[in-house]
Amino acid sequence: MTDQTSPAELVRRSLKRRYRKERRFRAYGILAIVIALSALLVLFADIISKGYTGFIKTTITLDVTLDPEVMYLEDPTDPDELSMADFTAPIVRALQEELPDAQDKTAERELARMVGTYAPNRIRDLLKDSPELLGTTQTMTFLAHDRVSVYVKHADNDMYSIRLSEQQIEWVDQLREQGIIDTAFNDVLFSTGDSREPTNAGILGAIVGSLLTLVVTLVIAFPVGVAAAVYLEEFAPRNRLTDFIEVNINNLAAVPSIIFGLLGLAVFIGLFGMPRSVPLVGGLVLALMTLPTIIISSRAAIKSVPPSIREAAEGIGASKMQVVLHHVVPLAMPGMMTGSIIGMAQALGETAPLLLIGMVAFIVDVPEGFLDSATALPVQIYLWASSAEQGFIELASAGIMVLLTFLFTMNALAIWLRKRLERRW
Amino acid sequence: MTNLKHPITASAEVKSESKPTVDQEVRTEEGIAYGKTVGKPYSDNAKFTLRDVNVFYSDVQAIKNISLDIAKNEVISFIGPSGCGKSTFLRCLNRMNDSIDICSVQGRLELDGVDIYQSKRDVVELRARVGMVFQKPNPFPKSIYDNVAYGPRIHGLANRKSELDDIVESSLKKAGLWKEVKDRLATPGTGLSGGQQQRLCIARAIAVSPEVVLMDEPCSALDPIATARIEELISELSQSYTIVIVTHSMQQAARVSHRTAYFHLGHLVEVNDTDKVFTTPEHELTESYITGRFG
Repeated sequence: MTDQTSPAELVRRSLKRRYRKERRFRAYGILAIVIALSALLVLFADIISKGYTGFIKTTITLDVTLDPEVMYLEDPTDPDELSMADFTAPIVRALQEELPDAQDKTAERELARMVGTYAPNRIRDLLKDSPELLGTTQTMTFLAHDRVSVYVKHADNDMYSIRLSEQQIEWVDQLREQGIIDTAFNDVLFSTGDSREPTNAGILGAIVGSLLTLVVTLVIAFPVGVAAAVYLEEFAPRNRLTDFIEVNINNLAAVPSIIFGLLGLAVFIGLFGMPRSVPLVGGLVLALMTLPTIIISSRAAIKSVPPSIREAAEGIGASKMQVVLHHVVPLAMPGMMTGSIIGMAQALGETAPLLLIGMVAFIVDVPEGFLDSATALPVQIYLWASSAEQGFIELASAGIMVLLTFLFTMNALAIWLRKRLERRW
Repeated sequence: MTNLKHPITASAEVKSESKPTVDQEVRTEEGIAYGKTVGKPYSDNAKFTLRDVNVFYSDVQAIKNISLDIAKNEVISFIGPSGCGKSTFLRCLNRMNDSIDICSVQGRLELDGVDIYQSKRDVVELRARVGMVFQKPNPFPKSIYDNVAYGPRIHGLANRKSELDDIVESSLKKAGLWKEVKDRLATPGTGLSGGQQQRLCIARAIAVSPEVVLMDEPCSALDPIATARIEELISELSQSYTIVIVTHSMQQAARVSHRTAYFHLGHLVEVNDTDKVFTTPEHELTESYITGRFG
């Protein structure tokens, strides 16, 4: 070694190279994160840009004269008359008042198709509840027809085709200027179940269905999972049988969820004769699916309890049971809970097994119990995404947003719990 | 304490046919024979009577035919190089090795003349009588009060809250921690300093009024000042308890213990009064160790 290349000089040179390497390595990491984040961003931007209109409804507000002659209705208390009466006519009349040039039969037919299919039912229900209103004029807000709604919200979007006649478009523009056709927050979405009409379809039925299903899942999977984990980790002897069980728990975690659906169909519905499409069966199937996740995360949580705590308790003379119940389980609880919440979040997003046990049926009513027919959020999204009407496209996206909100809330809860209950030794 | 110059070695005495053969190779690499334990391993006033103790981890023999008495109210320290089996031997005394599946203990281990490894004997009762303090302070992540009260609670030592309060107070006083923590008994024990935590662990161990306290390198994680406090405490506690302490520090052994036992590769090489061991060791290996030739 000559004087020029002293060790210090060599170190300095290699240092430069090392720093370069380090910078490159850091750049790779940042690049990876940027890719992941941008993928997430694109996904969200797409869903939100497509779906936010799902949270908007189009309304038509009219002064409707409840004229007995127009409706062919003399006595609203008579159910027969009520079922025969024409409740579309007063709406058409009210529209004609705003649009004086639309007077002929064709115009009447086209006007009738501008309000939602269920608009006449509103008048019928109103008269049924308060017959004394017959003959008066009421200001009523109806949901616009799906086609009107699509035009109002997506007039300049190529993805949607406008299925209104030239005449209707003219009218809609005119009514919008007068403020009769307007948009508002879509409260229908959160207050009803599914419907054949996109404007009347709501997600409440699916939300309640999902919640009921998750309650069953939690009530079954959490205690069973925790008990299994505690036994396997603390009490079970180490032998071939427990090794076999351990391997199979891991296998179970890897089984595709649709298989659990088939199992549920064969066992719960086929063998035990439980009803189809109900949250009880859905919850049971999802509980089976979530069990391995809970067991694995609970075992990890139990393993992470420092042995020194066990020794401390044993050293004082605590029995095995006391060590487990007083120390190990309480200390492992945060981990068990976060694991369970993440398992629940998985279960919430699960579609395939629910399809097989019939929770994919078209269900209008909001379920009221564990044995009512119900559907679940992801299944509802699937149903809407495969529907023909254009209005369902935005509803599917809106449904995805609702589902994601629930998932994020659950994950945030898991993180919060972990941070809050985490202990330092 | 009678000084038995020529202790009876166990191999002749209690060797049953079911035992695996004890490692007969009793020479070090340098060819120094371990032979019989030298010094005075036996006592008339024994709390623990340990004869022909062999401990195996699977096929590896960790403790080789050790016989020893631990006298009432004495402080005995176990010293020796790492891996010599002193901690393993200590843990046999309250059966902490039970939780290790592959560990098997043979021989006669008696506490007040009753075999502690008899299957009928409840390990919970044994541990209530033989408390333990560990190398790393390991308070429960609970309040200071609950840490100390845990033992009395599970053993049902106090019927009323006031009795429990008394036990907690007296234990903390004995452990020399009362003054420092009396105003914050409800704060977590894990929030104390290392030395305070270790004293809390001592308070927790003595709260169940054990007869023997085992200490497994209780000061190895502490600074010199905290160590001095603990050593002081050990001297005070020796008036009411029998204390067995494993330590890596020969100075500590010299300071706190009445007798010192030197372990080497699973053998108990020499046991004697502490000052004798450190001034005039009888065995070559002991001398090498305390003069720092290995360890």
